Amino acid sequence: MIRLENLTKTFKGQKDPAVEDLTMEIPEGEICVLVGPSGCGKTTTMRMINRLIEPDSGKIFLEDEDVTSVDSDQLRQRIGYVIQQIGLFPHMTIEDNIATVPRLLGWDKKKTSDRTDELLEMVGMDPSDYRPRYPKELSGGQKQRIGVVRAMAADPSVMLMDEPFGAIDPITRSRLQNEFLRLQADIKKTIVFVTHDIEEAIKMGDRIAILRERSRIAQYDKPENILLAPADEFVANFVGSGASLKRLSLAKLSDIELIDWPTADLDTDPDKVREILQRSDRGWVLLLDDNRRPQRWVSSDDLEDDDEDLSRTGLRADSIAHPDTTLSAALADMLTSDKSSVIIVDESGAYEGVADLETITNATKAMRVEARADNGHDRDGTAETGTEESEESGGRLKKDDS
Amino acid sequence: MDLFFTYLQFTYEDLLTQTGEHALAVGISLALGTIVALTLGCLVYQREGSAKVAIGITGTILTIPSFALFGLLIPLLGLGWPPTIVALTLYAVFPILRNTVTGLRGVDTAIVDSAQGMGLSRRQRLFRIELPLAAPVIIAGIRVSALILIGIAAIAAGVGGPGLGEGFFSGLARIGSATALYLVLGALLAVMVLALLFDIGFLVLKRFVTSKGIRN
Repeated sequence: MIRLENLTKTFKGQKDPAVEDLTMEIPEGEICVLVGPSGCGKTTTMRMINRLIEPDSGKIFLEDEDVTSVDSDQLRQRIGYVIQQIGLFPHMTIEDNIATVPRLLGWDKKKTSDRTDELLEMVGMDPSDYRPRYPKELSGGQKQRIGVVRAMAADPSVMLMDEPFGAIDPITRSRLQNEFLRLQADIKKTIVFVTHDIEEAIKMGDRIAILRERSRIAQYDKPENILLAPADEFVANFVGSGASLKRLSLAKLSDIELIDWPTADLDTDPDKVREILQRSDRGWVLLLDDNRRPQRWVSSDDLEDDDEDLSRTGLRADSIAHPDTTLSAALADMLTSDKSSVIIVDESGAYEGVADLETITNATKAMRVEARADNGHDRDGTAETGTEESEESGGRLKKDDS
Repeated sequence: MDLFFTYLQFTYEDLLTQTGEHALAVGISLALGTIVALTLGCLVYQREGSAKVAIGITGTILTIPSFALFGLLIPLLGLGWPPTIVALTLYAVFPILRNTVTGLRGVDTAIVDSAQGMGLSRRQRLFRIELPLAAPVIIAGIRVSALILIGIAAIAAGVGGPGLGEGFFSGLARIGSATALYLVLGALLAVMVLALLFDIGFLVLKRFVTSKGIRN
C-alpha cells in the first residue's frame, strides 16, 4: 500500500507548483495508473514516491511506514523502478544488471544467481543463453523485459513504472503488456504506472487516476467507471470518443446476465420441440447433445416435415464463446454469425446461456447507470434507464459484480 | 647515414639511459596528473560554474611556455627532477580533466537515473556506472597528455632535468661540429620511438578498461 498525503512540489524558478496538495492511496496489490496530458505532473508525482524528487511538503507512506525522511538510497532499494528508456547498464552483462539490487542488499551469491535464473525464465529467456550477454545484444522487447525483471529482482512489494512500454513498436508493446499482466496476476505487486495513453491506462489499470495540471486528481476510479461516468468535461475529453467501445473491450461475458434460451435434447420428439417453441416467444430452440453441448438452432419452419431428423435440421450452432471472452470480441462474433448471437459454454463445452446484440447494448446501458449511481453523478435525471427492456432479454449486470 | 649508425653504436647506452629517464619522468607526471585531473573532474562535472573555472585555469597553464614554467619553478624547487615532475604534472592535467568532464557528462541520463532509482548511492553511481562508461573518453585524454608530455619533457634538460633533452641542448650548443647533428637526430629518434610505445600502451589500456558491452 502507498499513501500520499498533501504532497506539494514547486521546482526552482517556477511560479506554479508541479504537484499541488496531492493526497491519494494506492491499495495493496493493484496497478494504479497515473494518466494525464503532458506536463500535468504525473512523472513528478511518481518520482516523489521513491524521492528521486524530494517533496516540498507532505508525507509519503509505504505499508503505513512514513518514508518521507528515511535514507533515500535504502528506500529506493525497496522499490522497483522502470523507466521508458529502460536504462540498462550497457557495460554490464544481463546477469550483473539483474543482480544489481540483490548485491546492494548483500544477498549471497547462490541466492542472487538462483533469483537471476528464476526471473529470466519468468519472461521466457533462457538463462544460460542470456546471462552472459550485454544489453546491446538484445532486441528492444528483450531489453524492456530485462528492465522490468531487474526492477523485480529483490522482490520489492512496490514498483514504479514510468511509461515502461512507451518506446516499443505496437505489436511488441501489446505482447509485453499482456505478459506483464500475467506476471502481475501471480506476483501482486503494488504498482504505480505512469502513461499518457488512455488506452494503455484502461488496459493496465486496476484503478486509474486522471490528473490535470499540478497533478490534481480529476477522477480516481476503476477503468470501467471512468469510461462510463466521467466525472467532468475534462475527463470526458481526455477519455475521448468511443468510451463505450473501450468499455466493451474491458467487460467480459461473465460480467453480464445471459439469456436463458429454450433448449431441448437432440433426441426430443419434434412435437415436444414444437410445443416448447410455442410456449416461448423466441422463435428458435437450441438443441443440445448428451453432454449439453450446443448443436443446432431449430425454428418452427424447420419442423414442418414430421419425420425430420433433428440433428440435421436448422442451423449449426457454431458461434460459441467462453465466459471470459470480452464483450467486444463477442460482438465481433455476433456480427459474423448467422444468428447474430453467441452461445456461452463452460470449460467442458456445456451450454450456459446466450447473448445477442440486445443483451450487450442493454448491459452497457446498465453499466452506465450503475457507474453513475456509484459516483453520485446522476446528471439531472438524463441518465438512460436501461433496465426496463433488459428484464426479458437478459443483459443486466450481475448483481454480485459491482 | 653510415656515420650516424656508427655514432649510435658508440652512444646508444647513453641514449637508452636518457630514454629511460624520459619515460620515467613522463610516466610519473602522467600518473600524478591523472590523479589530480580525475579527482577534480569528479568533483566539478555536475556543476557548470566550477567545471568552467577548473578547465579554464588548467587550460591557461598549458599555454605557459614550457621554458618559462621550468624557469619559474627553479627558485622554489631547485634544479633537476623536482621542477621537471611538477611542471609536467601541471601540463598533464588539462586534457585529462577536460575529457573526464566530457566523458562523465556524456553518460546517458536515463542510465544514471535508473541507477539512482534502484538505490545506488552517489559514490556507487560514480564508480560502478559513470566512470566505467566514461573510461574510453578519459583514456583518450590521458593519451593526449602523454604525447604532450613526451614533447615538453625534452625541455626539462634546460633546468638540469632528466631525459632526452640533453641531446637537443648539447647538439644545439655545438652546432657546426661533427657530432651536433647526430646528437639531435639520436634524441629525436628516441622521442619518436617512445611516443610510439606510449601510444601502443594506451591502445592496450583502452581495450583493457572498456567493457565488451560498450565496444564498437
